[in-house]
Amino acid sequence: MPGKITTKERLQINRQKMPEQASTARAANFEEVNLGFTEQLALLEADRCLQCKDPRCMAGCPVNVNIPRFIGLVSEGKISEAAQCLLCDNALPAITGRVCPQETQCEIVCVRGNKSTPVGIGYLERYVADWARNHSDQLTATKAPATGKRVAIVGSGPAGLTAAGELVRMGHDVTVYEALHKPGGVLVYGIPEFRLPKKIVSQEVQRLQSAGVKIECNVVIGRTYTLPELRERFDAVFIANGAGLPVFMNVPGENLKGVYSANEYLTRVNLMAAYQFPNADTPVLHGKCVAVVGGGNVAMDSVRTAKRLGAASAMIVYRRTKNELPARAEEVHHAGEEGIQFEFLTAPVEVIGNDKRWVTGLKCVRMKLGEPDASGRARPVTIPGSEFVLPCDIVVVAIGTRANPLLTATCPDLKLNKWGNIVADEAGMTSLPGVFAGGDIVRGAATVILAMGDGKRTARAMDEYLKSH
Amino acid sequence: MHTIVSKQCLSPNVTRLDVQAPRIAQIRQPGQFVIVHHSEGAERIPLTIADADPAAGTIALVIQSVGKSTRDLVALEPGQAIADIVGPLGHPTEMIESGRALCIGGGVGTAVVHPIAQGLHKRGVKVTSIIGGRSKEWVIFEAELRRLGEVIVCTDDGSYGRKGFVTDAAKDVLAGGGIGIVYAVGPVPMMRAVVNLTKPLGVRTIVSLNPVMIDGTGMCGGCRVSVGGETRFACVDGPEFDGHGVNFDELMDRLSAYREYEQKSLACAEENCRLKQTLPS
Repeated sequence: MPGKITTKERLQINRQKMPEQASTARAANFEEVNLGFTEQLALLEADRCLQCKDPRCMAGCPVNVNIPRFIGLVSEGKISEAAQCLLCDNALPAITGRVCPQETQCEIVCVRGNKSTPVGIGYLERYVADWARNHSDQLTATKAPATGKRVAIVGSGPAGLTAAGELVRMGHDVTVYEALHKPGGVLVYGIPEFRLPKKIVSQEVQRLQSAGVKIECNVVIGRTYTLPELRERFDAVFIANGAGLPVFMNVPGENLKGVYSANEYLTRVNLMAAYQFPNADTPVLHGKCVAVVGGGNVAMDSVRTAKRLGAASAMIVYRRTKNELPARAEEVHHAGEEGIQFEFLTAPVEVIGNDKRWVTGLKCVRMKLGEPDASGRARPVTIPGSEFVLPCDIVVVAIGTRANPLLTATCPDLKLNKWGNIVADEAGMTSLPGVFAGGDIVRGAATVILAMGDGKRTARAMDEYLKSH
Repeated sequence: MHTIVSKQCLSPNVTRLDVQAPRIAQIRQPGQFVIVHHSEGAERIPLTIADADPAAGTIALVIQSVGKSTRDLVALEPGQAIADIVGPLGHPTEMIESGRALCIGGGVGTAVVHPIAQGLHKRGVKVTSIIGGRSKEWVIFEAELRRLGEVIVCTDDGSYGRKGFVTDAAKDVLAGGGIGIVYAVGPVPMMRAVVNLTKPLGVRTIVSLNPVMIDGTGMCGGCRVSVGGETRFACVDGPEFDGHGVNFDELMDRLSAYREYEQKSLACAEENCRLKQTLPS
């Protein structure tokens, strides 16, 4: 019987494997890699949780999901209650269950990890969230009485959507402004279909809309409306417009045909569905050999996209080693299985082109690791005389993004740091009364879940602010 | 949704659509553009706002149909709607406050010159426009520009106005002196020719660039152009730049990147069209 299991029995269960598409098949399609737990796998995995009295996993979660509680409910077979519990803490669980770096957050502190492997918290979150997506009629949403306060949210990415879900539940009237034609921000333009199907994003967005969140697409704050105009029309504003400005390498040849920012490459393929061209109208250049510069999740998404578009060779060019890769462990593992090549300790110095100005290669130097830098990671140092050319016909630059100045430029009173990020305190309050900010526009490029954590924390602070103003 | 309220054929492949977009009509300024997205699956296309009627809540889009996406747009009829229009994007035109300006428009670029001439005229600047086309039927926006000042029409074949390129007429106007600033919008070779003319004379010249663009908010960097040796994003830093610093060769080259794909897209659309005609529905 579920729930009657002893600790000894729990300890005897091994971590369940996530069913996934075979690597050879999936490297040629855009369907989701992970297939999700079956009920049986979910029950077994849930039984592995020891239900700690002082659960460390919760503290590791940026949105403080009550992990032992929802997993306990799964193991008791109370899936509907588990879903209710999860949705209470996390506005977008079907998304975080797929894209969170669990191995550095909740799972790294799981006590089961001390002697064996941690509980598959992310997999279970995904299982429960997917059940909730398919059984929305069996879930009840609780909502506070209307407060009459109006809140504007700039950006419908993870920070904005999370804040919207929280604020609407608190009884506020919430309008989200999105610059693109579809809501979701990076979840829609950045993260590929094979990792986060767009149908899931739209279902999560619809759930928020049916809870009362209003979303207006095709509105650029800083152009269509200014921040001062929003402040006049709303009682509070949350700026969560992300870090949408690509960083280029600043090396010769970067404007040759065949060089993309990862933002452009992924936007073409994800938001504009260029992988379906000519059935979708937006094209993307297909390369035989694609070099992706960078080692984060965006680089992994780009290189695996290139492979799926039919590149014979798709490689990561990264200036440190495998140990320093900032990407999620599962993505690196999946990339390897799919035949992605890795050029570690390699840094580009020039993009080479032919007389027609098409990319033909990437001139690189070899690096070695030196003393740790300010970030604590070993600083890569150039090996003199190590120049060589990596042949390729597409280069994707995935070395980060910076704050987009479109909004902040129209509001000189808003305090920024030297990189152009908005300065906000712990609660998300900016230098302007009633104006809050969170996610990448404050942190610089980070992760979906950290942005969601900001959204959740700031929503509470905004609620306090709205009550006293 | 943005309903089309009127449609007008301006030249053999240039169509004017007046479309409902009340907020944009209210606040747009000369030089700004919108991004238009016909429907799910369509491309996002940047189009300069040629005119606006804030009272009616409409903006004028002037579209040259060259590929599948532009053909789809001009196939829309009044009463039908465009799914998404976002804007106004880009910086407004840098205007002079007095004196004389020369506005040069080539082909569909004439529609982009129109709001600039409007803005200048409103400020009391004396506007001379030079507009051109292959032949008479390709000349657009002549009547609108005549309301704002002198207009010199040029056609390549001499079928209307002065025979020759807009640059020939521009040379004469500039030789007369007194021009404080030049605005040139049209095909890249035309803008380059104007810049080559004005550079030795030291006359400030503003050009409006139309590189490949997706989001229009600075997010993708696809629209990067080299100006004065620096990489700039046309969508947020432009679309208008000091023509004397623009690397036109690079712009032209980058504009050609998707030519093969554009042809394929058009060919597929035509094939589908034929299939629809031959198959019983």
